[in-house]
Amino acid sequence: MALVQIENVSKTYQMGEVPVKALQNVSLSIEEASFVSFVGPSGSGKTTILNMIGCLDKPTVGDVFVAGEHVNLLNRKQSAVFRGSALGFIFQSFNLLPVLTTYENIEYPLVMIKNISQSIRSKAVLKVLKSVGMLEQKDKFPDQLSGGQKQRVAIARALVTQPKLVLADEPTANLDKKSAVNIIQLMRSMRDEFGTTFIFSTHDPKIMKEAEVIFTLEDGMLLPGEENK
Amino acid sequence: MNKIFKMAILNLMRYKRRTLLTALLITVGILTVILFSGLAGSFKEMMIGQITDSNLAQMQIHKKGYVSSIDSMPLNLNLSPEEYKTIEKILQDNPYMEAYAPRIKLSTMLSNYSETTNIRLNAVDPEKETMVCPDVTNRMIFKNNVVKKIFVKPGEIIIPKNLAKGMKLKAGSPVVIVAQNKDGSINGLNFTVAAIIESVLGPQGKEGYIHINDARTLLRMEKPEVTEIAIRIKNFNRLNAVYADLSSSLLKFKNKKGGPIFEIHTWEKLSPFVNIAKMIDMMTISMKFIMIAIVLISILNVMIMSVYERIREIGTMIAIGTSPGKIMGLFLSEGFFLGLISGLAGNVIGIAGIYLLNIFKIRFSFGRMDNMLLSPSININELFWLTAIVLVVSVFATLQPAYKASKMEPVDALRHV
Repeated sequence: MALVQIENVSKTYQMGEVPVKALQNVSLSIEEASFVSFVGPSGSGKTTILNMIGCLDKPTVGDVFVAGEHVNLLNRKQSAVFRGSALGFIFQSFNLLPVLTTYENIEYPLVMIKNISQSIRSKAVLKVLKSVGMLEQKDKFPDQLSGGQKQRVAIARALVTQPKLVLADEPTANLDKKSAVNIIQLMRSMRDEFGTTFIFSTHDPKIMKEAEVIFTLEDGMLLPGEENK
Repeated sequence: MNKIFKMAILNLMRYKRRTLLTALLITVGILTVILFSGLAGSFKEMMIGQITDSNLAQMQIHKKGYVSSIDSMPLNLNLSPEEYKTIEKILQDNPYMEAYAPRIKLSTMLSNYSETTNIRLNAVDPEKETMVCPDVTNRMIFKNNVVKKIFVKPGEIIIPKNLAKGMKLKAGSPVVIVAQNKDGSINGLNFTVAAIIESVLGPQGKEGYIHINDARTLLRMEKPEVTEIAIRIKNFNRLNAVYADLSSSLLKFKNKKGGPIFEIHTWEKLSPFVNIAKMIDMMTISMKFIMIAIVLISILNVMIMSVYERIREIGTMIAIGTSPGKIMGLFLSEGFFLGLISGLAGNVIGIAGIYLLNIFKIRFSFGRMDNMLLSPSININELFWLTAIVLVVSVFATLQPAYKASKMEPVDALRHV
């Protein structure tokens, strides 16, 4: 079975009195260790589909399977446990915890979610810090880092729990062109190093060409024949 | 858990000014309660001390029914010598007993040979009375200001200041006391004024002292009866326990109808000051309620703001897998630490405040008592309970915002701007 299996998924939001179809009958599958991008204009449904895969939202109709788990059947607590163990997240605005240092931000999922010992934690954090090239910045707080550095920390935080899948919603949207390309290349090298599947969304053509698999969305529908670049 | 605590403290430090202002508000609330409790408690203890040590004694034993008819000072409700001995045995057997003293109370007429007025007299054994009420001579003005250890001897009388003034009497003045005994016969005796007593609170404004033997002569008692037995125990804090113990011992003695022969009362049943003491306690409790309101509102306010400002952050924590319980724990810890910091600061400043009040000695007047010195204090139990209340209220005030944070939908929270 594919790492991600989406079957006939539709999602309708209620905007006041008006129902908005965010996704319409989307089916796709994503294999392990692939480097995938969802592309499309704003409002096309990129974030919605990432939220479905990330157990942050549930489809109105259809089924989502991630790592063999039927995730739209999980309750709130089970979803949290699943996210903590199998998924990593990278956000457009980095979303680092401002009171924690670089090291502590990366350590956070291991302490709060996995609750593993100090020595194992330390090894894991230092390993990913080195991989993302942020070892020297480990004692700095988020407000002492540049945008590119913050996103490297976010990537390290997403990878430290060794998840099967990392989801990145517009990870380069708040970065300059050079940093954006660097971040995508870093994500790909992390995929190569750790074997983790990366799924990211973007509307930047220069970024999307870095992906190995591209799914194009428009008005909540997956355009045919666009996958497997 | 340590990491949650650490994050909670870091989050509090993140909004330094707000945390400081909230902590300051709570600290001032606690400080006010400590100072008020210290001062009010000191005033209460001083007044109780004045009442019990100079006049009333800590407890009194009477024949059943005496206290309810105390205004008429009935002589037919005196304790017989046998009854006195029975009670004496109970008192001697009690390990907490420090002293007891017999008294006869009588209502008499006093004459200075040109005017006559009524006076209520306490007939006492001065040596025993001094042991029960060690401050009894504090308010007495003796001839040449020499305080006598045996403050009243047979043939001497101590009269209240307002009566001495009205009757133009002073130490050394001769007077006649006329009294009616329980059989209805009237008798009179000559006395010399030994001292003038300044009045304290209540009806003792017209109460004087004579020697107990003079009262027995004046009332032509065939047997040495007493009206009441005044009691002082070794530790005032055990008053209620000793009272309960004595009360149950005395209850064993029944009259022919099966009712109790004796009655025992603590000072609280005998002095109107108990109502003032209760008011002081009520005011202290009110101060605590105000403090609770301050803690509740300020922490609730600051935590609601904190949750609102950190919606995206909460969304991130939930998205990466933090359980709702840990999110709730984080916010509850923030409220707890805010309460703890404020509570400790309030305690430290409160203790310093009490210390300063003792250095700069507060004097006050109450009724006819001048120059009374307050020595405020607060015990460790009071501080412990204050801190515990602050902590419980802090956590309680944080419950709603913490619950709200833990129940946030990550999709909505991450979308929040």
